[in-house]
Amino acid sequence: MIGRLFKFHGGIKPAAHKDESASAPIRRAPLPSRLIVPLRQSTRATATCIVEVGQKVLKGQRIGEPEGLLGTAVHAPTSGTVVDFGPYTMAHASGLRTRCVVIEPDGEERWIEHAPFDYHGTSREESLAWLRECGIVGLGGASFPSHVKLGKGAGIETLILNGGECEPWITCDDRLMRERAADILAGAVILRELIGAREMVVGIEDNKPEAIAAMQEAAAASGHGVRIVPIPSLYPAGGEKQLIRVLTGIEIPYGKLGADFGVQCFNVGTAHAVYRAIAHGEPLLSRIVTLTGNVEDAGNWEVLIGTPIEELLPLARPKPDTDRRIMGGPMMGFALPRLDVPIVKGSNCIIAASPKLFPPPPPEQPCIRCTECAKACPAELQPFELYWFGRSKNFGKAQEYHLFDCIECGCCAYVCPSHIPLVDYFRFSKSEIWARERDKAAADQARERFEFRNFRQEREKAEKAAKLAAKAAETRAKLAEAGSDAAAAEPAPAAEDPKKALIAAALARAKAQKAEVKPQNTDNLSPETQAEIADIEARRKALAGADGVAAPRTDAGPAAAAAADEPRP
Amino acid sequence: MLTALLVMAGIAIVLGAALGYAAIRFRVEGDPLVEKIDAILPQTQCGQCGFPGCKPYAQAIANGEADINQCPPGGDEGVRKLADLLGREFKPLSEEHGVEKPKSVAVIDEQTCIGCTLCIQACPVDAIVGAAKQMHTVVEPLCTGCELCVAPCPVDCIAMVPVADTVQTWKWKYPVVEIRKAA
Repeated sequence: MIGRLFKFHGGIKPAAHKDESASAPIRRAPLPSRLIVPLRQSTRATATCIVEVGQKVLKGQRIGEPEGLLGTAVHAPTSGTVVDFGPYTMAHASGLRTRCVVIEPDGEERWIEHAPFDYHGTSREESLAWLRECGIVGLGGASFPSHVKLGKGAGIETLILNGGECEPWITCDDRLMRERAADILAGAVILRELIGAREMVVGIEDNKPEAIAAMQEAAAASGHGVRIVPIPSLYPAGGEKQLIRVLTGIEIPYGKLGADFGVQCFNVGTAHAVYRAIAHGEPLLSRIVTLTGNVEDAGNWEVLIGTPIEELLPLARPKPDTDRRIMGGPMMGFALPRLDVPIVKGSNCIIAASPKLFPPPPPEQPCIRCTECAKACPAELQPFELYWFGRSKNFGKAQEYHLFDCIECGCCAYVCPSHIPLVDYFRFSKSEIWARERDKAAADQARERFEFRNFRQEREKAEKAAKLAAKAAETRAKLAEAGSDAAAAEPAPAAEDPKKALIAAALARAKAQKAEVKPQNTDNLSPETQAEIADIEARRKALAGADGVAAPRTDAGPAAAAAADEPRP
Repeated sequence: MLTALLVMAGIAIVLGAALGYAAIRFRVEGDPLVEKIDAILPQTQCGQCGFPGCKPYAQAIANGEADINQCPPGGDEGVRKLADLLGREFKPLSEEHGVEKPKSVAVIDEQTCIGCTLCIQACPVDAIVGAAKQMHTVVEPLCTGCELCVAPCPVDCIAMVPVADTVQTWKWKYPVVEIRKAA
C-alpha cells in the first residue's frame, strides 16, 4: 500500500460535539438493580436460553446457546440470580419486544473459571469457535459476528482497524484508544493472524489527536508494523466502505464486500474485545458507552451489557428539559421507545436530547431538485430520485437507482434545504421492498402447495379407482375359479364401471359366504328342534327352486340380478 | 404490371410462410396473461372472489368474466397492480366479496380439537397436520390465512389470529409530516 490517502464522494462536516464527553476518563458504571440481557443481540443473530428462572449464575457464565450461523453465545454480565425470562422491549427503532434473561446482581461479581486461550496452539477453526463462544460481535454498531467476518482466513491482504468514529457526539472509541491502545493493538495482532493479512492499518479521524498519539506510541512499542493513519474528519469517514476507500483507494461496487478485494475492517472496540477474549479468556460482558447531550456530566462509562438506560443515563445527570433519548449518534441513531431498554453490544452512545439541543425539524417543503443531496451522498446515489420513487411507492425504480447501496448515513437529509426526511423515505422503501419479497416468496410457496394438493387429490382419486377396479376383478376371478353359478352368471359389462363392479363383487362375495355357512349347533338337538329345522330346510329348498326359475330373467342387468339374489324371508 | 403483381405475391408468400413457421416454432404454451395475473394475486386460495382458487380467478379476469376488484386479501394495492397490468381504471374493492384484513393465521385450540380432519380436508395448501381422532395443528409459516378451515370445524376451535410483527418483518412507516394538524 502507498502512503497517500484517497477521497470518497460527498460527505458533510457537522459540528463534532466531541469535547463534551471526550475529556473525562472512562468510568466504571455501578451495578444496576437488574440486568436485562437480550438473547437477540442483533436483528439476525439469536441464542437459545440455557438457564432457568431462579438459577444462580456467575459472571461470564453462558446463558444463551448460539443459534444458526450468525448466532453468538450470550453470557451473564455479572454474578447473581436469574429472576425472569420473557419478552422485554429491545434496543430497536420498532420498540418490539424480544426474549431477555433478567438477572438480579448479587453484588459480588464472582467470575466463572476462565483461562487465556492459546490461539497459537490450536487450529484456526477452534480459535474462531472460541470467539463465537465468547460472544464477540462487531462493536461499531451493526453487531455482526466476528467469527463470520474472519471468514476463511485466505485472500485478505489488509486488515483495517476502524477508529474513525465519525458521528458527532460519540467518543467511546476515542477514549478507548487513548486509554487502552496497547490492548487494542494486541487484539488487532490476533485478528491479523486469524485472518492471515499481511498489512494492518488503523484509520483514525484527525479530530482525535490524543488517540492518534496514544495509538502511535503503542504501535511503536509493540513493533508489529502497524500503521496509524490520521484521516481527514469528514462524516461518514468511519463507514466501512468509505474508510476502505480513504485508506486504500479501493471502491467497493454494488453487491460486493471489502473481503472480495482483500480488505477486512474491524472496529477498535472489537479488537479490544478480541484481546480480552483470547488473552484473558473473558467473554464480551461490557462495552464503553458515551453518555452525552443535554447532560451535566457527559463522559464515557464501561457498562455491563443489559444495563437498563433508565439506570444508566442518570449517571450523567441529564438536565430537566430532556425529552428524548437517542441511542447511537444523532445522524444514524434512533429515539428510544422506552427507558427500560437495555444496553446491547452495539450501543455505543446514549444522547439525552432536548428541544433546544435538537430542535424538531422544520416542516418538509417540496423537493426543488437542487441536487445538494447527490453532492453530499457518500454512496454516489441520487437521493432526490430515490425520494421521488419512495414517495410514489415506485419501488422497482428505486431499486434500479441502487436504493440498497444507501448506507442511511443521513448526509442527504442534513444538507436538504427543503428539510425532507430523506432517510426516512429510504428506510420505508427498503422495508417495503423486503416485505414484498417476503410476500412474494410466501405466495409462490402457497401456489406451489396448492397446485401440489390439487395434483395429489387427482392422483388419490385415480389410485382409489384403480384399486377398486383391481379388487373387483380379483374377487370375480376368485369366484369364477370357485365355479360359483352366481359368479358365472355375473354380467361382464360391469367391469367397465369399477364402482358397479365392486358392488357386484361384494354381492357375489356375500353370496359365496352365505353358501359356505353351515349351521353350527346341529348336534344333540331335541326332536322338536330337529322337526323345526327340517321344516325350515324344506321351506328354503322350495324358495331355492323358485330362485332357479327366476334366474334366467337376471340377464337384464346386475341390478336385477342383485334384486333376485336378495334372500327372501 | 404482371411483374409487380408477381413480386408482391412472392413477398406475401415468403412473409406468410415465415409468420406461419414462427407461429409454430415460437408457440406460447398456456396464456401468459393468466400467468401474469396469477403472479399478482396473493395465492391465499381463499375463494372469496367466487372462484375456486387464485388461478381460476386469474383465468376469469383474463377472459373478462370477472372484475379486478374481487380479491380482498390482495387489497386495494392488488387491485391497483391488476389495473396497471390490464390497462384498466382502478376501482375500490367490491364489498360483496369481503374487506381487506390484516394478515392472520389460523390457530387450532388444541384442547377443544376432536380430531375430525375436516379442517385438514378444507386447507388449500396442506398447512394442517393431524390424523383422525388425533389432535390437529396449523403449520404457521405455511398458513395463508384463507379462513377456509374455520367454517368446517364442528367444535369451533379454529381462530384467526393476526400475525404479530417481529424484528425481521417490522416495517418503517411512510414518513408523514402533518403540517395542517400543527397549524
